[in-house]
Amino acid sequence: MNSLILTTGARLLIALFLVFSLYVLLRGHNAPGGGFIGGLIAACGLAIHAFASGVAEARRALRVDPRTIGVLGLVCALISGLMALPLGAAPFAGIWAEVAGYAISSVLLFDIGVYLAVVGGILTLIFALEETL
Amino acid sequence: MISKEAEPSGGRIWGYAAALAALVMVAILAMWIPEVQGGGQVHLTWNWAPSLGISLGFLVDGLSLIFALLITGIGALIFLYATGYMGDHPQFGRFILFLFAFMLSMLGLVLARDLITLFVFWELTSVTSYLLIGFDHQNPQARRNALQAMLVTAAGGLALLAGFVLMGTAAGSYDLAQILAGPGLQDSGLYGGILVLVLLGAFTKSAQFPFHFWLPNAMAAPTPVSAYLHSATMVKAGVYLLARLHPVLGGTGAWAATLTAAGLVTAVMASVLALRQTDLKTALAYTTLMALGTITLFLAGGSPYALTAAISFLVVHSLYKAALFMVVGAIDHGTGTRDVVLLGGLGHAMPLTALAAALAGASMAGLPPMIGWIGKELLYAGSATLAPSALVTLGVLVANALMFAVAGIVALRPFWGAPGDPPHAPHEACWQMLAGPLVLGGLGLIFGLGAGLLQPMIGAAVTGSLGQPRAAGLHLWAGVNLPLLLSAATFALGVVLYLRRQSLRGSIAALLERLPRFDPGWDRFLDHFRAFCTWQARLIQNGRLTHYLAASFAILALSLGLTLILRRPVLLPGLAAPLPVWVIAGFVTAGAILALNPHSRISNIAGIGTVGIGVALIFIYFGAPDVATTQLMVETLSAVLFGIAMLRLPGIVERRTKSQQWRHAALAGAVGLCMTLIVLAVTSHPLDRHITLYFEESSYLLAHGLNIVNVILVDFRAFDTFGELTVVLLASIGAYAVLKRRSARVRR
Repeated sequence: MNSLILTTGARLLIALFLVFSLYVLLRGHNAPGGGFIGGLIAACGLAIHAFASGVAEARRALRVDPRTIGVLGLVCALISGLMALPLGAAPFAGIWAEVAGYAISSVLLFDIGVYLAVVGGILTLIFALEETL
Repeated sequence: MISKEAEPSGGRIWGYAAALAALVMVAILAMWIPEVQGGGQVHLTWNWAPSLGISLGFLVDGLSLIFALLITGIGALIFLYATGYMGDHPQFGRFILFLFAFMLSMLGLVLARDLITLFVFWELTSVTSYLLIGFDHQNPQARRNALQAMLVTAAGGLALLAGFVLMGTAAGSYDLAQILAGPGLQDSGLYGGILVLVLLGAFTKSAQFPFHFWLPNAMAAPTPVSAYLHSATMVKAGVYLLARLHPVLGGTGAWAATLTAAGLVTAVMASVLALRQTDLKTALAYTTLMALGTITLFLAGGSPYALTAAISFLVVHSLYKAALFMVVGAIDHGTGTRDVVLLGGLGHAMPLTALAAALAGASMAGLPPMIGWIGKELLYAGSATLAPSALVTLGVLVANALMFAVAGIVALRPFWGAPGDPPHAPHEACWQMLAGPLVLGGLGLIFGLGAGLLQPMIGAAVTGSLGQPRAAGLHLWAGVNLPLLLSAATFALGVVLYLRRQSLRGSIAALLERLPRFDPGWDRFLDHFRAFCTWQARLIQNGRLTHYLAASFAILALSLGLTLILRRPVLLPGLAAPLPVWVIAGFVTAGAILALNPHSRISNIAGIGTVGIGVALIFIYFGAPDVATTQLMVETLSAVLFGIAMLRLPGIVERRTKSQQWRHAALAGAVGLCMTLIVLAVTSHPLDRHITLYFEESSYLLAHGLNIVNVILVDFRAFDTFGELTVVLLASIGAYAVLKRRSARVRR
């Protein structure tokens, strides 16, 4: 699609989408948001990029194959789930710790996994559709 | 392509290693002999799936120890034999792997203490047997015969599983030791079903009539496999099961009648067919059938004589039959043929093979002082206790006389008389191939001369495992009695049959011409089955998305409608709603009507998107920003995906007939109506808030989060979410694969 307006607008929008998606991901535990929504927002941003500048350009910008991103997300979620086992808790139980005054947890890693898996899964589909149809 | 000479023959080491491992197992098992002979049992249990009441337990008693010793002992000799027979085969390592896996499965089968464990090993022997029969995988006939054996025995295995489940229900436990210690299942209401299913399993595995046809075909396997699986071990699994369950299932009229009929028919028919064969290996295959039939026949009874005869004959047969198969393999190896017509006078060139053949053949013929003689005497003694005894005795006499003749053909004819006309000059087999037949043939002689040696072991099986008060004695000389006279008659008849074998072959062949054959019938059955599968796949999986969707929605409408009709819920349509909700509802309805436009894809997509956004607005109105945002994002992305996919398709062309259109419209209307009524029914009930309250209370306390939706997703229900992520990823990777393959095809 060759549209100057879209291409120019997309450059601004994509950064906004990605930053906003991270914001939504991180605030999710206490306020509306979370990995799933964040992942959808990020996928929307990258999809716009793919329409504006072509899938090849979007793949270059992404640097990593979306399938890899998705599997990475799944691995993150799995690791966070298995972290509980050595500590004697049930699988997928949340593990909490405090580092430098911030409470961090295995739940955050799980949410990041959700984010990555959603981004990877949706982009795999959109890119493949764009490329082949 | 690597030439055959360049292939490494390093596989031999695995043959020796396997033989050594099997010998070690023999030694370990032998340590239990004194305890078992003293009437004890050894139990080894590991709790496998406690929630299902299934444990991985092993039980060593008289019966299972006899089998285990035969399996490992003959196994060791077979591994050695195989190393000499085919050690240079490029895939010898794979062969030994299959054979060793088979040995372990068989060992697990006979030692299993739990019905489910037994079943698992039972199926494993079918699978490994399939791999071994089809080892020569470039030969279509071998593949076909392997598949036939697999299908017959695995189908029987499924029946067996059903029978075991019924047994577990009837006995209240899958623990074999408990079932055997219990009162027996003969009076249970499920007895009929158990008997039919278990016998199906046992008869298919042990190739009893009418499931006998796969066993001679299984001779497509390399000779070590035939010697091991299809004479000494695997086909005995069915017999083992019959003996094992004899105390809890046996003793009824149905048991006795079925086993007597199947055993007798198999034994007589197989021995007649054996005489007809000129291929030594096939002849032996039929005599194996005869032996299996005989053992089944004697397990029909419940007297010490009959059961002692069954167990003794089982041991006797394993010893001589494995030896004879190995001898035939050695003849094949040494001369290049197994056709008895081309063979003769091999005794000079292959003296040690001839000796082994003479020992094993004498045992098979039932000549004194071999163990075969004792086995045959016991058969005659036992047949008097079976009903109808005259018919059984006559059948056993005929079968034994035919065995005598076949023993002459297999063990005598190739080695004596005028030299034959084999494809190449005969040479003696190597030591690895001689060890097996000589040891087993020698054992036949030792156990015959020292008849008491086997007595305690067989006694332990008959009294301990089969629950008889005592076992019959194994004696070389039991005085002048009926069995002795019958033996004399057997030898006389056998000699006559041997001398007249040429003309008998002709008349048996002429007789067979008139009878229906099993193998073409089997092939026809498979063809019909395949045709049926194709037909039903075409019917159900017709590849048209419209049909799939119509079927899914029809079932949805049907199940919802049936629920509504059966439950007749109270519907309270409350139409009082604030103005914004009415506005949103109008918005959604407008979107739905837009989506119905049959001529423009863009308006379909826009319509569906409008409906989705309307739903998101409802979420916002009722204060669920999380769900609303997600809904909005999902709607956006699906509009994008639909857009990519649909706008590049050719324009809409209506191919449906008018009546199809009406049917689809009716279906859509039905689904919509049912769904509306269900939603009304659900909202007519007061909302149960106790789950919501739980999450509201515990979200921060237990999971340190204020956003309940997110906390549920990533903490309370994290495992579910993990499953959903896997689904999302797999679905998109699957779609990716389909799209990429399609585009690759289009490009080509």
